[in-house]
Amino acid sequence: MELLFDQQHTVKVQLPAKEGNFSIRELLPWIRDKLLRERPELFMQGDTVRPGVLVLINDVDWELEGELEYQIAEGDRITFISTLHGG
Amino acid sequence: MPPTPCSICQRERAMLRRPKTLQRLCRSCFYAVFETEVHQTIQRHGLFKRGDRVAIGASGGKDSTVLAYVLKLLNERYDYGLELFLLSVDEGITGYRDDSLETVKRNRDQYALPLKIISYEELYGWTMDRIVEAVGRKNNCTFCGVFRRQALDRGALLLGVDHIVTGHNADDVAETVLMNILRGDIARLQRCTEIMTAGDAEGAVRRSKPFKYAYEKEIVMYAYFKKLDYFSTECIYSPNAYRGYARAFLKDLEASRPSAILDIIHAGEALLIRADVKMPTQGQCERCGYVASNRLCKACVLLEGLNRGLPKLGISGRASVPDGPAVSAKQP
Repeated sequence: MELLFDQQHTVKVQLPAKEGNFSIRELLPWIRDKLLRERPELFMQGDTVRPGVLVLINDVDWELEGELEYQIAEGDRITFISTLHGG
Repeated sequence: MPPTPCSICQRERAMLRRPKTLQRLCRSCFYAVFETEVHQTIQRHGLFKRGDRVAIGASGGKDSTVLAYVLKLLNERYDYGLELFLLSVDEGITGYRDDSLETVKRNRDQYALPLKIISYEELYGWTMDRIVEAVGRKNNCTFCGVFRRQALDRGALLLGVDHIVTGHNADDVAETVLMNILRGDIARLQRCTEIMTAGDAEGAVRRSKPFKYAYEKEIVMYAYFKKLDYFSTECIYSPNAYRGYARAFLKDLEASRPSAILDIIHAGEALLIRADVKMPTQGQCERCGYVASNRLCKACVLLEGLNRGLPKLGISGRASVPDGPAVSAKQP
């Protein structure tokens, strides 16, 4: 993951101002276009993360938080963990 | 969304959905079910007996780090009476293995387990860096897979252990089933789902996979929640394209039906090979004495190719010389 994001472990971002909240569905392509440094296909597939990438919202599995529909709030910490590498 | 309560204790906040059962669990209930299931796997299959000296194949990656942590914990909790060691292979990959070995050294101190590192350089006279220089980036995973398997056995002999455990998880086993089907490798297809392989007199040590039924997601979440110190960088030479496709396919299947992984393992276990299918017989390598299905073992053939400047020797995929413990042994 760090490789895709220019070796950065944690990135603090200010999302562009808009009416209402951002959902994860909107966040993913924004990350891909603004933050990703290489190989976007290792991050996204279709409109979601590539299978094998785990997503945590404030340390909670996103599968419990509505996945793509989750509405991001101020100060949320979104973690992406890739499982697609060897030992 | 309001926080979901844990489906076991009904009290704490659920932190993850288990892919295997779709249960929503809090941290402590997740730790409890994960650890208990590994314990039950160990008991049900009789992997260990009291007094066994057991080497944990440790790469510094998530699987082997969680394995070392959990095995040490279970050994104390249930008093297995095992003597545990960390065994690492240094393939000689600058910028990758040297960094991951630093992680293993920290694990050695964190878990107070003795560590033995065995290198390709000392065993074969070649580092992976030099092998890649000689053979290019296309087939180097074959060399690495074959050499690693043997290196772990040699390291185990040096440590005088009875048993090697590896961090292969359910996803790895399912992926290997798929790959062996895709390659028509019937002999490995039959062997690859076994949780334990017997040792033999020729120097192969008993091996097992205590995480055979543990999903990768559970292992990653366990490591994440417990803040275990592991190394998560892709091998710089890794484009093992074929395995990559199998893995991506498996992950797609899992996304639409999480039980797919256990289903594939089950299918592999239930396969029965017809009695009249000719299987390779396992003998002994004439040169080094290691298990071999031909006159020479795969490692000796590959090594001869390297030393004679004919690196293609042994990798021009003839059916009688299947090219890969790279397949039966994704690195632990």
